[in-house]
Amino acid sequence: MKLSRRRRQRVARIAGYVVFALAIVAVAASADWARLSDAFFQADIAGSMFPEAITVALRNTIIYTLLAFVFGLTLGLILALMRLSSILPYRWAATAYIELFRGLPALLVLFMVGYGVPLAFPDREIPGGVYGSVTVGLGLTAAAYMAETIRAGIQAVPKGQLEAARTLGMSHTRAMISIVLPQAFRIVIPPLTNEIILLTKDTSLVYVLGVTPATIELTKFAGDTLNTRVNPTPLVVAGLLYLLITLPLSQVVRALERRAARER
Amino acid sequence: MSTIEIGQLHKSFGALEVLRGIDLSVEPGEVVCVIGPSGSGKSTLLRCVNLLEEPTSGSIRVAGVEVTDPDCDIDAVRRGIGMVFQQFNLFGHLTVRENVTIAQRRVLGRSRAEADRIATANLERVGLVDKAGAYPAQLSGGQQQRAAIARALAMDPQLMLFDEPTSALDPELVGEVLAVMRGLAAEGMTMLVVTHEMAFAREVASRVVFMDGGVIVEQGRPAEVFGRPREARTREFLHRVLEPNRVSETEIGAHLTD
Repeated sequence: MKLSRRRRQRVARIAGYVVFALAIVAVAASADWARLSDAFFQADIAGSMFPEAITVALRNTIIYTLLAFVFGLTLGLILALMRLSSILPYRWAATAYIELFRGLPALLVLFMVGYGVPLAFPDREIPGGVYGSVTVGLGLTAAAYMAETIRAGIQAVPKGQLEAARTLGMSHTRAMISIVLPQAFRIVIPPLTNEIILLTKDTSLVYVLGVTPATIELTKFAGDTLNTRVNPTPLVVAGLLYLLITLPLSQVVRALERRAARER
Repeated sequence: MSTIEIGQLHKSFGALEVLRGIDLSVEPGEVVCVIGPSGSGKSTLLRCVNLLEEPTSGSIRVAGVEVTDPDCDIDAVRRGIGMVFQQFNLFGHLTVRENVTIAQRRVLGRSRAEADRIATANLERVGLVDKAGAYPAQLSGGQQQRAAIARALAMDPQLMLFDEPTSALDPELVGEVLAVMRGLAAEGMTMLVVTHEMAFAREVASRVVFMDGGVIVEQGRPAEVFGRPREARTREFLHRVLEPNRVSETEIGAHLTD
């Protein structure tokens, strides 16, 4: 039987789906589900983690993320404006900062802030205790990434927008605030979401600062439970709780993007 | 006092000298159309008037104020000069009404109610009151350009600059923009217009300026420049623009047939 070209393509596509589905089923069927659930899905251990998993660990994870994000976004915006400045030393300083902090592991920066700053300034301390140290420690790294994202967003706004604003008598600063930045931020919403999701997971590094039961976050909380119960079920619980943060975030961003698309 | 007085204006981009000694004045109520081939420096000349481009040398006085003076408050001068761009440059994140009110509020410090009232009046002038709530992306090119004109007019300018305002439009949308501009001219607005619309220049302009190679080749009343051009370069340009079907092969050095 001779098949038409279009029909041949369709058959090949369906065959591809079938092979793909069979491969997944084969892997799933060959796994030892009994041993797996013994290790990772112990209901009583999972149950023992609540309500602290939510009221303390999840809550702190969200607080750390938001604090570091706001700090990073503010500093990132300043750095982006410095990189685009006509003043050469500003550009140099911002470029040096971005290259440095993008190149260092977040863990290292967090450690330096947590232990280096108290050594350098023995009479003062970062306000807010561990919350303050996390804000700065994670925010410094996040700022370097966000600065580059925001800079790209500002440069993606057509030059004519700034010219039109200046022509109407707006100062450069006023034109940036009222015209360029609002449009730049609409452009960078998707990459900034990536940033906040990465930050959410970076809060798992907070343990290097030494946390108390009151300031514990998800990963450390799960790790501690794992140690006392000698079973990795807590990691699964923590993983699900991370998704509880990041999945709704993606939804919010999708809604924002739809709104921005209407206005473009 | 002349609205614009330009003396020995030079402008270079790197090694490229775009304006090579321009002298031009525009009197109150005049409509001056600048025509000429691409790259002749027309747009650069216009953009020097409100200092979107910094002149290399020469003097530019707008209503008696020397804009090239380092002590000149350029934002204040720009408030009195409306500008309309080829690409419209409406603010994409704002509605049409917000486009027309934002500078009134942020620059002139008008109240919301007053800015709204003036916005409505100017949107009526360009026939766009019913689109006040729309975003620029929802409008046709002609509507966007009319909104951009309303935005400039809301600042009560004493001078309007038009930088090829119809060049980015589909042919069937050119007329509505020219109609608004013709109305403005009839109201006595002082206008400096860079354009390729020869029919508009012939009908509306009080003076036509022909530029080529960074200099003003000739200028005069439309009837003179279009009817009896003195310079060979002007005749050549007008021939190519007004009679594109009669441009011969030999004239452009092509050899399409044996």
